[in-house]
Amino acid sequence: MRRGPEGAQARAAWYFLTPALVLIGLFFFLPVGASLLLSVTDFDIYALGNSSLARFVGLRNYSNLVHNPTFWTAIKNTFYFALVGGPLTVAVSLGAALLVNARAIRLRGLFRTIYFTPFVTTLVAIAVVWRYLYHPRYGLLNYLLGHIGIGPIDWLGDPHWAMPAIIVMAIWKNFGYNMLIFIAGLQSIPEELYEAARIDGAGPLRRFRHVTIPQLAPTFLFVGVVTMIGYFQLFAEPYVMTGGGPLRATTSLVLFMYEEGFRWWRMGVAAAIAFVLFGIILLWTLLQMRLQRERA
Amino acid sequence: MLACHPNRDDGITLRFWAMGAEGEQVAQMMPEFEHENPGIHVRVQTMPWSAAHEKLLTSFVGEATPDVAQLGNTWVPEFEAIHALEPLEPYVARSATVKSEAFFRGIWDTNVIADTAFGIPWYVDTRVIFYRRDLLAKAGYDSIPTTWAGWRAAMEAVKRQQGPSRYAIFLPTNEWAQPMILGLQAGSPILKDDGQYGAFSDSAFSRAFDFYLGLFRDGLAPVFGTNDVANVYQEFGRGLFAMWITGPWNVGEMTKRLPPELQRAWATSPLPGPTGAASGVSLAGGSSIVLFRASSHKAAAWKLVEYLSRPEQQLRFSRLTGDLPASVAAWRDSSLSGDPHFRAFYTQLQRVTPLPKVAEVEIISSKLIEASESVIRGHVPPERALASLDRDVNQILEKRRWILSRNAQVTAR
Amino acid sequence: MSITAAEPSVRPHPATSAALARALLYGLLIGGAIVALLPTLWMISASFMATGEANSYPPHFVPHAPTLDHYRALFGRLSLGRYLANSAFIAIVVTVLSLAVNSLAGYALAKLRFKGRDRLFRALALGLVIPVQVSMLPLFLLMKSLHLVNTYWGVIIPGMASIFGIFLIRQYALSIPEDLLDAARVDGASELRIYRSVVLPVIAPILATLAIWTFLATWNDFMWPLIILSDDRRFTLPVALAALSGEHVQDTELMMAGSVVTVLPVLFAFLVLQRYYVAGIMLGSVKE
Repeated sequence: MRRGPEGAQARAAWYFLTPALVLIGLFFFLPVGASLLLSVTDFDIYALGNSSLARFVGLRNYSNLVHNPTFWTAIKNTFYFALVGGPLTVAVSLGAALLVNARAIRLRGLFRTIYFTPFVTTLVAIAVVWRYLYHPRYGLLNYLLGHIGIGPIDWLGDPHWAMPAIIVMAIWKNFGYNMLIFIAGLQSIPEELYEAARIDGAGPLRRFRHVTIPQLAPTFLFVGVVTMIGYFQLFAEPYVMTGGGPLRATTSLVLFMYEEGFRWWRMGVAAAIAFVLFGIILLWTLLQMRLQRERA
Repeated sequence: MLACHPNRDDGITLRFWAMGAEGEQVAQMMPEFEHENPGIHVRVQTMPWSAAHEKLLTSFVGEATPDVAQLGNTWVPEFEAIHALEPLEPYVARSATVKSEAFFRGIWDTNVIADTAFGIPWYVDTRVIFYRRDLLAKAGYDSIPTTWAGWRAAMEAVKRQQGPSRYAIFLPTNEWAQPMILGLQAGSPILKDDGQYGAFSDSAFSRAFDFYLGLFRDGLAPVFGTNDVANVYQEFGRGLFAMWITGPWNVGEMTKRLPPELQRAWATSPLPGPTGAASGVSLAGGSSIVLFRASSHKAAAWKLVEYLSRPEQQLRFSRLTGDLPASVAAWRDSSLSGDPHFRAFYTQLQRVTPLPKVAEVEIISSKLIEASESVIRGHVPPERALASLDRDVNQILEKRRWILSRNAQVTAR
Repeated sequence: MSITAAEPSVRPHPATSAALARALLYGLLIGGAIVALLPTLWMISASFMATGEANSYPPHFVPHAPTLDHYRALFGRLSLGRYLANSAFIAIVVTVLSLAVNSLAGYALAKLRFKGRDRLFRALALGLVIPVQVSMLPLFLLMKSLHLVNTYWGVIIPGMASIFGIFLIRQYALSIPEDLLDAARVDGASELRIYRSVVLPVIAPILATLAIWTFLATWNDFMWPLIILSDDRRFTLPVALAALSGEHVQDTELMMAGSVVTVLPVLFAFLVLQRYYVAGIMLGSVKE
């Protein structure tokens, strides 16, 4: 270590960092590495009782996954949820942000708080509530839809409607968080840009397209990436509301991983699924960031 | 929890894990046991069935197993495979009250692996037909026929009588019990070669599966899972279906939930079989009580087992929960032998078959649900579904085959 | 989304179009507010309904004869009070400990000069992309070897350091004026002293934000406690609620009461402290 003030700072820095780094290293990065190792073994319930019964199997877990229709269903469901739910959530958040931020209205703080409360609620508790709201016969949603002439839909029992039902709930739960970020983004747009556009004769729609949207580009990127990363990890909603059904329509990758790992104790397989998830998220994030940069 | 026995400081605390309603009720029986056995305190922990399997295995991994637990008897092979359970032969040999002859043979058998008992039957569960006598009578039948052909004819008659918007029988599509029972009745071993390969696409199971599917195809059973029927008792009362294959806990539920005017309208019957009553086997279900190897209070735990196996305690538990006692002697009581609803269960318990005693039976059963749902909802033809199920099952059993061959090599040396 | 798509050539009277616009805005806002609040309000309402009333058709919005029966059952027979205490204990401990750990690390990354700082930052950022589920299985096995399965510490320890928390602190700490720190160093103060007396007061707002955030996140955490806890005496509220919901599917009102108990504390905490929470989110987000 160097002497003098710089040395003192460097020493202090490492003291300050050590607790966090040890915790993160030991309880996050180390298990992640171990997961990679686990994924090339057939560690299962037998191995739990007697670890000599775990065998190295190379890429067999991965190739078995490729041949497992449930795996592809899980991937499809996860992408369905993320690619539909993600943009919709972002759109709703943006809309809410524009509404709350509009100059013409008052009680801005109140509405902002109201829109944020779904995000704060416990997911498991809310999933339980929505499960009852979605009840085909007694649920509030079908009751209200009935008033406008739409027949009762078996939201969580019909394979076609189960994932849309979960998407709607996810949008409701999450839009508040992104809304706040969009509000911050909107408020940081310099007023002069709008003035200049107004002078040029641009109406509200034009101003939105040519000033607001471009200025929000970094916000869009942040919100988009964070939302998608979160949505690829879909788990609690199907776990509580549908158990992954009906007919596997709502089995996400993480739910599939949980089943394989903690219900059937096929931990090698579950670790492989986890790494596939990681790969998807990584690739997607890189793709999203590259696309956004190119557009800018 | 009630106040603890004053001797608790030098005494033993037994941890006893139980599921659902059984857990809630057995706690009431503990004070008397503790009174008889001063120095032993029992702490009962209840958990829902849906999470019990996971929780038990997690506790094993976390080296936090209880001393005693209730275990679904289909889980005994699995927990034995990981050597979590204490072999009970030495205890049984020394016991005056717990003997294999005291219990229904098919039920005792579910706990025996390699000629050693790993669990003691606690209560039994088998499936019989609950049916609307009045609806069956209207269709011209005074009882459930004993052959598959007769049964089917009765169902068709009921359907004709009741009309297109009602059904003869409710077979929840998300349960494995019904297709599994039919397979066992048709003589299928479910798994062959000492549980090493699937036998689902073999002739016996295929035949049973066809019979099962035909009931949906011909509108005799609705394509509903358990979640699709908001209140199954209400629908049974309304006549949406006239038959339902389910277990003993529903005797109490029916009595509680059906209106008084319908109480004489329902009855229970043993299952029909392909060739008549004797082939009408059912599941050897129920729960056993097991001791965990890691426990440091096995002697005290065994005392609890003996206590719960006494015919009078079996009867008392049965009254509290509506479950059926595993001890044959308990059935002599008039509350059971005299109750017409339970008579069908007693008859059926003479004809029960265990599922294959392999560790993977749980996941195989859930694969069966997937395969059967995919056919019922019309996505896949039955032969393909069964072939695919066998492929999945064979893959699942690969580890077992490897371990068995490894053990064989070891003993061969 | 946009207000009125007025055509440039035809302009209605400015005052009425402004009034119309405002009416539309308020309409949308109130409509949105109803949608945002309805599930939560129904949940509260249904928790006071008599058994079976929540499953009636047409659905009731308000209980006909409000009852506390379900709450009594929850806190009596079903021991929800214990789960509430577990959640509170774990959330508080994690919040306090993680605040200490993460703020030290975040400040160090922001303001202390040392070799490898940028590389460390990038390595941690990579960790943000890795979904936490990847670590869960081996973490479980690690906890087993440490005999921490089914313990409070098994839940607390993995939650104690968070890369997100470190980055949030770092972001805020970047704005601490250098001269403030250098002046203290010139005065001979140790780095720890500087941290305690100079830095902490300055980053207090973001610490408040992170504290609330951590408390909320820990309270609401589901998957890891589900995995690590098997003894129901240690269950947190979300895990207990999921277990109850598996067992009592038919008992709507009971489940709603359970949800209320789970949601209301954090909702209340949020409403009281929202100033810090909201400010932090908006702050930590825009510039990356």
